[in-house]
This record gives sequence, structure tokens and C-alpha cells, in this order.
Amino acid sequence: MTVVVPSAVDFAAVSDLADAGESDAALRRFLHGLPGVDQVGADARAATLATRSIKKQAKLQAIDMAIAMTDLTTLEGMDTPGKVRTLCAKARRPDPADPSVPPVAAVCVYGDLVPAAAEALRGSPVRIAAVATAFPSGRASLRVKLEDTREAVAAGATEIDMVIDRGAFLAGRYGQVFDEIRAVKDACGPAHLKVILETGELATYDNVRRASWLALAAGADFIKTSTGKVAPSATLPVALVMLEAVRDVAELTGQYRGVKVAGGVRTTKDAIRYLVLAHEVAGAEWLRADRFRIGASSLLNDLLMQRAKQATGRYWGPDYVTIE
Amino acid sequence: MTETTTPDLVTPTWDYAPAPEARDIVRLSSSYGLFIDGAFVDTLDGGALKTVNPATEEVLAEVAEAGAKDIDRAVAAARRAFTEVWGPMPGRERAKYLYRIARLIQERAREFAVLESLDNGKPIRESRDVDVPLAAAHFFHHAGWADKLAHAGYGPDPRPLGVAAQVIPWNFPLLMAAWKIAPALATGNTVVLKPAETTPLSALLLAEVVQQAELPPGVVNIVTGAGETGAALVGHPDVDKVAFTGSTEVGKAIQRQIAGTRKKLTLELGGKAANVVFDDAPIDQAVEGIVNGIFFNQGHVCCAGSRLLVQESVETEVLERLKARLATLRLGDPLDKNTDIGAINSAQQLAKITELAASGEQEGAQRWSPESCVLPERGYWFAPTVFTGVAQSHRIAREEIFGPVLSVLSFRTPQEALDKANNTPFGLSAGVWTEKGSRILWMAQRLRAGVVWANTFNRFDPTSPFGGYKESGFGREGGRQGLAAYLDLEVDA
Repeated sequence: MTVVVPSAVDFAAVSDLADAGESDAALRRFLHGLPGVDQVGADARAATLATRSIKKQAKLQAIDMAIAMTDLTTLEGMDTPGKVRTLCAKARRPDPADPSVPPVAAVCVYGDLVPAAAEALRGSPVRIAAVATAFPSGRASLRVKLEDTREAVAAGATEIDMVIDRGAFLAGRYGQVFDEIRAVKDACGPAHLKVILETGELATYDNVRRASWLALAAGADFIKTSTGKVAPSATLPVALVMLEAVRDVAELTGQYRGVKVAGGVRTTKDAIRYLVLAHEVAGAEWLRADRFRIGASSLLNDLLMQRAKQATGRYWGPDYVTIE
Repeated sequence: MTETTTPDLVTPTWDYAPAPEARDIVRLSSSYGLFIDGAFVDTLDGGALKTVNPATEEVLAEVAEAGAKDIDRAVAAARRAFTEVWGPMPGRERAKYLYRIARLIQERAREFAVLESLDNGKPIRESRDVDVPLAAAHFFHHAGWADKLAHAGYGPDPRPLGVAAQVIPWNFPLLMAAWKIAPALATGNTVVLKPAETTPLSALLLAEVVQQAELPPGVVNIVTGAGETGAALVGHPDVDKVAFTGSTEVGKAIQRQIAGTRKKLTLELGGKAANVVFDDAPIDQAVEGIVNGIFFNQGHVCCAGSRLLVQESVETEVLERLKARLATLRLGDPLDKNTDIGAINSAQQLAKITELAASGEQEGAQRWSPESCVLPERGYWFAPTVFTGVAQSHRIAREEIFGPVLSVLSFRTPQEALDKANNTPFGLSAGVWTEKGSRILWMAQRLRAGVVWANTFNRFDPTSPFGGYKESGFGREGGRQGLAAYLDLEVDA
């Protein structure tokens, strides 16, 4: 049977699946009934949208949108509370000289550094995102993953970036992936859940589409491209496929879910290309920080330099933006 | 289920600021002569015509309208060049000139793109990313053939025909010139080319490139003018080969005109292509393919996918998505880098599209255009239009509209799709959308169309032969097969 566009009923039925024993088959029917993604066509569409020329006022607006959508990220083995504190200061006020620059959306850190981030961000609108569930590989027991999540939330994380078990997904154990997401979502409590698909390991756009719908059906608030630890990380066509999924879910259910692109977005030009994609594939409704995010570390400084260039007509040297 | 909407956040509007490509790279003269025997010359017995920017109706330049004496002179120059220089020249030497022209087109790509958009009305994104790179690619491809003709499958030493008279349309002015000139020159012929009267400027810039490449005088001659000039060229007794791209009506007239002469003929004419979407298609990409099939170049494409045949079981979903997608198309200034839909090429063409669209409504089909689409006040414009509820018998399902107008028909089985797709006097192209490989092959073997695209549409490549069945013409352009149109194959037969 061909399910061309899943109906609201199909989606609700899949979303309500209870236990893995039954859900594997039902999920397979649903996910493999989704229309395929033609790789050549998806690549071509993304490439065409990448030629949009965003200038002047539209560019200034895009830069501020991108800053406000940034998850300023540090995910290194060498991270310390001191490093996180400097990052948080940057997140609250990206440009010390210009209070009109908006704060970023969130700071994204490992779970053990959430307390440091919470302290540094107290009283600010910047949210605290913690990667959890044995990030980046996801290779741990469910018990450990849930504990990882609960600990981060208890320490003050308002957003959880979890990874899916790619091994289980590629082996066709969709029920297991679904149940894990559902369990982590429960463990999140009030915190928002971003589900990292690690599209670089899923390899095909058909898999990206299926994983997107799987995560959305299981209750993800956001679907996220990558950990940043696997190449390739975010690409335009992958973001296109994921944006199509949140667009379709919104059409079916009226619920707006978000997309986060992460890894490899370093320049203002890159960021604007993703904004164009969100704008023209999903719609202007997605140009908000609760529906589109960019996970990045070095991007913010390029956005600040481009912002100054748009305002003053001159480029700053790199010594005029702060290095955290 | 989670509710993730945060009420205090408002949805922004993000209007793209105008991003016009700079026009000053193009230096327009107020008037242009004919390019004959390596030099720009005034007409002997012709007149003049004006070419306008269809987006603004501004007159861009006055060009010569070649008369019979001018044609005599051009054909004589081509004959002399064929006999004395180009015909005897070894293929490897001809190749050098073709490579040089290809590189010069690349070097002057932005100039060509801006000029093409000014004169034709097509979006700069298309002239920059499609027309000009493909024109260069055709010269590169054929440059490679020039010294390898013995290996093309036409005998050990295939010979050229002589002087080729080439008449091209206004929809892809530079690209069509390249499609015509490159294979003719590669195989050792010389040419007299007549561009369309509404879009002569890029061919005249190509003439400048021909000079810059130091091509021997007379090998390429470019005579501007309208129908009368074209008829004089095609009818000239010293022409060995006629190649025409344009309407089926004119194609038939040319065929009658040269019947009984020694002239070889290839025709690339109109189309009414079916774009067939099965229920197992990659829907999002199929929607893009439908858009690209009919709204690329404002639908001024002979191989446009002007008939959408969609399987009934998915018709509603496909149309919903198509309409949502069309609402995002940006119509306006062709020189704006973000424009998706440019201007209709001429008042005459606009009148034809308007008349046929009106007939669609009169015959009972439902007409739809995106509400968001606002047409500029000056210039020639037509909003992207979709007709649903179209019957095979409606004029909009039979006649070539050559504009941004899509007729949607439905089918239930593969056989019905095939029968409806083939039920047209034309046969230039077709598209098949399905994730099932065997169905693609089944359709491709049975579709009576010169080009069948699978899960894509309007993709062109110089290595791939292009041409029609039935009233879409005969002969192929591009690839190994395209060489045959310019070779004297009867010698070997």
C-alpha cells in the first residue's frame, strides 16, 4: 500500500503506540509507507535555494534572527566551568559594545556543566541545553540514558539534546528507538526535547525522513541533524527533508515542532542559507527560536562581524570580537 | 501530545530586499548591423527593427532587418569560407576555435547572462545558471568531437554538408545559437544563423566572441530579422542544410518551402509534454519537477511539462502541495537574483497565452493562480496558472500554450497514463515520476517522445540527444546522434 502523505489518523495511531513488541511492525508499515525522497531532486532544490541573494535590510534581519536562534555550544572533553561561564557571558550579551544585539537562544553543554551554566545564566532569557543519553554515540543502557537526562534536568537544564540509537534504527528496530525517545521525553519533564538523528550515520534521505517522522511521532519537540562529532554533519538537503517533516506534521496536527541544524555551520552565509530553507520549505512560521535553531560555536562571531559590516560598511578585524 | 507553541513569540515576516544584478556590464549600442564575413556591416536592402526589454517595454536597441541581398552576401561568405578555409581544415584545428569560443563564453558569462535577461525577460538565475553554462558546454562538447568524427559511427571520414541555414527561437536565444553553431562547425560546415526578431542581442554578442576567437571570416554569419528574413535564408539556393527550432506551424511551412530541393532538414518544433506522476512517486521532488517542468523560463520551453498527468489516488495531495509551492514563487524583475518567474517575451506571446487561458475557462476547466502573485504594471506578465478538471478534449490539453500555464489531468492505471500521454500530435518530451524502476522502464519504452525524464524534468546536457517524434519535428541535437544532422551520410550509404 502506498501512504502518500500520512493522515492525521495514521500519525496519531503511531504516536500512541504503547509497547515495542507491537510497535515494530506498525512503525515499519508507517515509516516505509512514507513517500520516498529522490536524492537528486532534493539536492537540486537545496542547491537552488542556496542561490538566494539576501542583501541589505533582509540580511540585517537574518543576522539578528540567526543570533537569536543560536545554541551557543561547547562540547569538548576539555570543557571546564570557567569555559562555560565565559560562553554564558557571551550568550547573554554577544556584543559588549552594542546592547541591540539579541541574546542567543541557548547555551549547549555536557550535563555535568549544567550547574555552572545555570549559575551564569540566572536571570537571563538564555536557555540551558544539555546533551544527554550517552552523547554522542548513544551506546549505553536505557537506564543510564534516563539517569543522564534526569540529572541534567534536575541541575537546571531546560532543553535536552538526546541522540537516537542509530544501530537500532539501521537494524530496523524502530520500536526500540521510539520507546527510548518516549522514555527520555518523560524523563525530561518540563524540559524541551531535541532528538538528534545523526544524519551522517543514517546515510540516505529516505532514512532521514523516516527517522524524522519516528522522532516526531514519539514526541520530539525538535529534530536535530547531528552531534557535530560525525562527518558529514548538517547539510542543506538533510535540513530540507527534516523541514518537510515538521511542515507536514504541523499540517496534520496543528502542532509546530522545530528543526535544529548543528555542526559545520560557521559563516553568516551558511546560516542565511538555512534560514532561507526554513522560510521557503516550511514557511515564515518557522523563523522563530522555538521552531528553528542553529547549533554552533564559531558562527556567532562571524554573525557579529557581518552585523557590524552591515551597520558601518566596514569589516572588523577578528580582534574586535571576543574569543571564548 | 506535546504543545510546543510559545504564544509570546510572533511569526516574523522576512522580505528579501531587491538584489539586482548590475546591468552596467552590458554595453548596448543604439543600433546593430549584420555580422557577415567576419565584420559588422549595414544592411544593403533591408530595414530595421527594435528590440525591447519585455519586463519594462523599454527599447534596448535597433537591429538590422536583413534583406535578400544581405542574405546573398552572407550565404556567399559562408560558401567561400566552407570551400577555402573551414571545409579543408583538419578537425583538430577546428576544435581549437570551438574551445576558444567556449572559454570566451565562460569568461564573459555574466555579460551574456545580463544581456539575455534584458532582451528575453528570463530570470537572471536561469540565464546565469542554465542558459550560459549550457551554451559553453555545447561548444566544449562539440570541440571534443571535431577531431574524432571518424569514431562517431558514421564511417571512416564523414564529410560536412556545406552551408547551413539556421533559424532559432526566442526562448533560449544564446543556448539555441550554441546548439546550432557548435555541431555545424565541429563537423566542418559553415553557418548563417538568424536569431529571433525579439531576442537578437545575445547572438550579436556571440558574433563579437566569434571575432575575438579569430574564427576565419565567413564561418559564422549572423543575420537579424523577422519571418521574411528567415524565409529568404531558408529558401536561398546555395544553402545545403536547414536547421530550424520554433513553432510547428513555421516548421511545416519550411518543409513545404524546401520540398524538392537538395537541402537537408532538421526541425525541432512544439510540444505538449505529459509529466506523469504515479502514486509511489517521491512527492516533494515531483512537485518541484512539476514546477520546473512548466514554470521554468515562464513556460517558454518547447519541451515544457505542460500536461500534468497525476494518479487519481494522490491527486488531491499533489495539487495541495503544488499550490502551496506556487505561492512561494517570486515573480518580477528578471535581473533580481531572487526572481523565479520573469516576463513573457513579447506582447504577441502574452496575447496568445491570454487567449488560450481564456479558452480553458470557457471550456469548463477551473483556473487557479496564487493570490500572492502581483503582476508589475509595465511590461508583459502572466501569473503562474494551474487548470484543474481538464479534459483531453480541451484546447489547453491539446495546443501548445508556450507560457506558464499547467493543465492537470488524472489517470487511474499505468496503461491509461501511457495512452493519455501519447494522445497528442506532439512528441518532444515526457516525464515519469515513480520510485519503481521497472515502471520507469515500462513507460520509457512506450512513450512516443524524444526525451523521457525519470524523476526529473527539463534537464539538458550536450552529451544527450534532443529532438522530437511526430509533429515535434525530426533530427537530433546533441550527443553522437546530433552529429548526423550535419554530415553527408549518403556518400557512405
